[in-house]
Amino acid sequence: MRISGKGLLQGARPVTFSFNGRHLVGLEGDTLASALLANGVHLVARSFKYHRPRGILTAGSEEPNALVTIGSGAQSDPNIRATSQEIFAGLEARSQNCWPSVEHDLQAINDLAAPFLGAGFYYKTFMWPAAFWEKLYEPVIRKAAGLGALSGLADPDACEKAYAFCDLLVIGSGPAGLMAALTAGRAGADVILAEKDARMGGRLLAEVEQIDGLSGVDWVAQVLAELASLDNVRLMPRTAITGAYDQGTYGALERVGHHQPRRDGLPRECFWRIVARRAVLAAGAIERPIAFANNDRPGIMTASAVRSYLNRWGVAPGQRVTVFANNDQAHHTARDLVEAGVHVALLVDSRHDAPDSDLYPVIKGAQICDTSGRKRIDSITVRSVKGEQRIQTDCLAMSGGWNPTLHLTCHLNGRPQWNRDIASFVPTPGTVPGLACAGACNGTFSTKGALREGAEAAAQALADLGVQSARPDVPEAEDDPYNITALWAVPGKGRAWLDFQNDVTVKDVKQAAAENFRSVEHMKRYTTQGMATDQGKSSNVAALAVLADATGRGIPETGTTTFRPPFVPVSIAAMGAGAAGQAFRPQRLLTSHLASKEQNAPMIEVGLWYRASYFPTKGESNWRQSCDREVELVRSSVGICDVSTLGKIDIQGVDAAKLLDFVYANTFSTLKVGRVRYGLMLREDGFVMDDGTTARLGDTHYVMTTTTAAAGQVMAHLEFVHQVLRPEWDVQITSVTEQWAQFAIAGPKSRELLNDLLDEPIIEANWPFMACGAVDVLGVAARLFRISFSGETAYELAVPARYGDALFRALLQRARALGGGAYGMEALNVLRIEKGFLTHAELNGTVTAFDLGMQAMVSKKKDCIGKAMSARPGLMDEDRQRLVGLKPIGAVQQLSNGAHLFKPGDPVERVYDQGYVTSAGFSPTLGHSIALAFLKNGADRIGEEIRLVDHMRGIDALCEVVSPVFFDPEGGRARG
Amino acid sequence: MRINCPNCGERDRREFYVKGAALARPAAAAALEAWHDHVNLRDNPAGELHELWYHEMGCGAWIDVCRNVVSHAVLSTALASAADLGGAR
Repeated sequence: MRISGKGLLQGARPVTFSFNGRHLVGLEGDTLASALLANGVHLVARSFKYHRPRGILTAGSEEPNALVTIGSGAQSDPNIRATSQEIFAGLEARSQNCWPSVEHDLQAINDLAAPFLGAGFYYKTFMWPAAFWEKLYEPVIRKAAGLGALSGLADPDACEKAYAFCDLLVIGSGPAGLMAALTAGRAGADVILAEKDARMGGRLLAEVEQIDGLSGVDWVAQVLAELASLDNVRLMPRTAITGAYDQGTYGALERVGHHQPRRDGLPRECFWRIVARRAVLAAGAIERPIAFANNDRPGIMTASAVRSYLNRWGVAPGQRVTVFANNDQAHHTARDLVEAGVHVALLVDSRHDAPDSDLYPVIKGAQICDTSGRKRIDSITVRSVKGEQRIQTDCLAMSGGWNPTLHLTCHLNGRPQWNRDIASFVPTPGTVPGLACAGACNGTFSTKGALREGAEAAAQALADLGVQSARPDVPEAEDDPYNITALWAVPGKGRAWLDFQNDVTVKDVKQAAAENFRSVEHMKRYTTQGMATDQGKSSNVAALAVLADATGRGIPETGTTTFRPPFVPVSIAAMGAGAAGQAFRPQRLLTSHLASKEQNAPMIEVGLWYRASYFPTKGESNWRQSCDREVELVRSSVGICDVSTLGKIDIQGVDAAKLLDFVYANTFSTLKVGRVRYGLMLREDGFVMDDGTTARLGDTHYVMTTTTAAAGQVMAHLEFVHQVLRPEWDVQITSVTEQWAQFAIAGPKSRELLNDLLDEPIIEANWPFMACGAVDVLGVAARLFRISFSGETAYELAVPARYGDALFRALLQRARALGGGAYGMEALNVLRIEKGFLTHAELNGTVTAFDLGMQAMVSKKKDCIGKAMSARPGLMDEDRQRLVGLKPIGAVQQLSNGAHLFKPGDPVERVYDQGYVTSAGFSPTLGHSIALAFLKNGADRIGEEIRLVDHMRGIDALCEVVSPVFFDPEGGRARG
Repeated sequence: MRINCPNCGERDRREFYVKGAALARPAAAAALEAWHDHVNLRDNPAGELHELWYHEMGCGAWIDVCRNVVSHAVLSTALASAADLGGAR
């Protein structure tokens, strides 16, 4: 119920929203939780396991109970905390984990079965038969227990990512945070003040107190006005710092669109990475409940939450409130309620020395041992020296003290320390380099203390950074001592909840201890304590206190579980913002892409590149027809293929030749200018890294080509070899892959085609096989290489990439006129298999030069990367799997890559494995299937029969082992 | 994590590729055992370690990064070209 004249929303505009289909009216500035309470709605959710009716426990991001689903259809967001969700016109919210409704949830039957559903029940109950777990038990359990459900539809809402840098990051905008920001802001430092709430001010918005003669709220407004006037201060409300990472990096989640009606282009959330030279953690503290029987009913809230709803939102959560406390601060709840005209029936304080009041009745040295009321609390049972008595109430405010919000200080493996005086863990200084704590998160619970520590922490951070600062006067404020006597759980029968969200009770923790899950980490996993979306923010300390008691150890000896990021739930969509679709996997398109698409060429992905797979012509209904035709046209006339995806690395300098001799197994310093040579590159461990051709364009100028797959790896390797191993060499290495468009012109008519295009025709005598040099094509300076990946007379013509499209079209037109045409990846692959040329299908990282029959290429006259290790005895073993060709015996059968090889007659079992197929295809040139394979001692088994088995594709073929060069073994066609 | 590139200044870890421990290459004629150690065996100190990082998304420099692998503190960075890791020539 809203109390007129109370709270900070006076004069705010009314806002209509819906909850479970019911239209309700709140005020602008309300959270869903405050608006529901203002409308008298207490039953908001059903619990995870027992489907118990649940209400609103807190007023902050630690809320375990009031999780709702916002929106509908593809745009629905499950598990949103009603205490963080601001209302707006048209907001749709609904309860989750209940059926048919939150009022009448049939699965509440679980609550009656509670004796059988204690900690670890599913480990014990659902063990036999084992096969039933996946098919029956798990789906049923998952359906019964749970939170909100995803829509299952693609999420149309975008998230964003952003980066920020600052001198000082202040986390939290309560008294400590505001003083820290003010101190640093006035000193001129770059400051980011991040606050997870929509409104800055922290507890000052929820308490009735004075700072320097102003109300807390007015003082906040005054400080915020000054901060807003400073250009060097950035205020970030609705931004939760989610994690602390190395070297002052912090993750942050900003709610951008959650609090307003959806519109196009408005991101829902923004995930920030903030790099701060220093940080002040002023995150406050979280009030903890007390465990007693049936302490989870709607209407039972933390005492500070009741004050928040009253003082900030002007909402009284009850008409006849009771309070249960073990500390002085909770008495403010009773005081504020009475002063606002709300009846406080009783304050129960567990301490015998609790303060008296003339505003409300107090029972000291007493405890609440039970409550009643199914969908909302209607009475409490108080146990004192006088015995037990029932008191009518519709709202119980409880406080077991405060836990400093020290989570971020533990994200780099720090452990908090136990402070007996305040019965809480406090941060260990220095656990996150550059981060200091101030105020309640540091265990300093008075306002004056928070103001002072905030100013001091900022001043120290500024001093560390060498920034001059004037220490501001610490304002006058409340400076009362924090009197508390620890009370974790009230003894007695009945279930007393610790973790509301995962339905973990005191009994469960004791049972874990009894079953010897005595380590806090074991207890956590056995009971699921603290493992829900709230990560046990309000319950972990109480749970480990109960465990400490049950195991007879102290709390510090028991220790805490590990605090891990994120501090608040972060959707994967937010964390991965900017990295979906093409931003995750960019497309690299060739200059011939458009022209190839115009020819209806299907594209195939090669790494990030898209290459034409084949170029269908009229009458061709499957890829094999196109592929066979393209192979034949290269063998008989001329084909054009875009080969620009191969890595191209420009290497210049007086020591360029030395570098090549060092990175290639074979020698390049002896290569003449105007010539190209095939090179084999090894890794330092002796295995083959890559292969390709390198052309010598000038005395000190080479262009290396790499395979498409290894272009990036080879580039990094060359830089490594130069910078790290041979920095004294004068050589420059530059990737020019994208600067040049390069096309293969292959086939008997390739020279004829070329001479039709070049400004000056070439003559064979000047352009023998493996020649290279400069030419002009259609008025453009180009590079020509007489190299062949098809085994035919072939050239590769390279032009600056901007001419690629025009050149490809010109080449295609002339090829057609000669009876040729374009060929794609499929034909290219068949052409190279026919010749036994290698790709990364063969160079798969486990292969040596010896395996490829190329050991002679490892020069004996010079050192090279990988030379020493390639000579290891095991890498030259005759029995290694070595490259061979395979052709089927008998009727033409399909061969497949990935198939394994066996001796005919041997069982098809792993131990009899003789090798595997790396590449396979149908050779139209030879009229049968062919394959390349690695076969045990293969080079010495030419002519043998071998059985090829591919269980995946159902292929079982007898093959003959042949040379890997199927076609034109003498290489006469390429030279011709 | 932030790494100070000697050319570019402090940058996010995701701009870099890490190769592993910074080790001097054995001489070409070194015994096979020395090569085996170089390629396969690594110290795993709970403390300071020199590593080679490649500023792949930046200037392309190979950097000798000394960091404490327990605390993750980056203690020093320098161009790897100055680290003399090429071994006997």
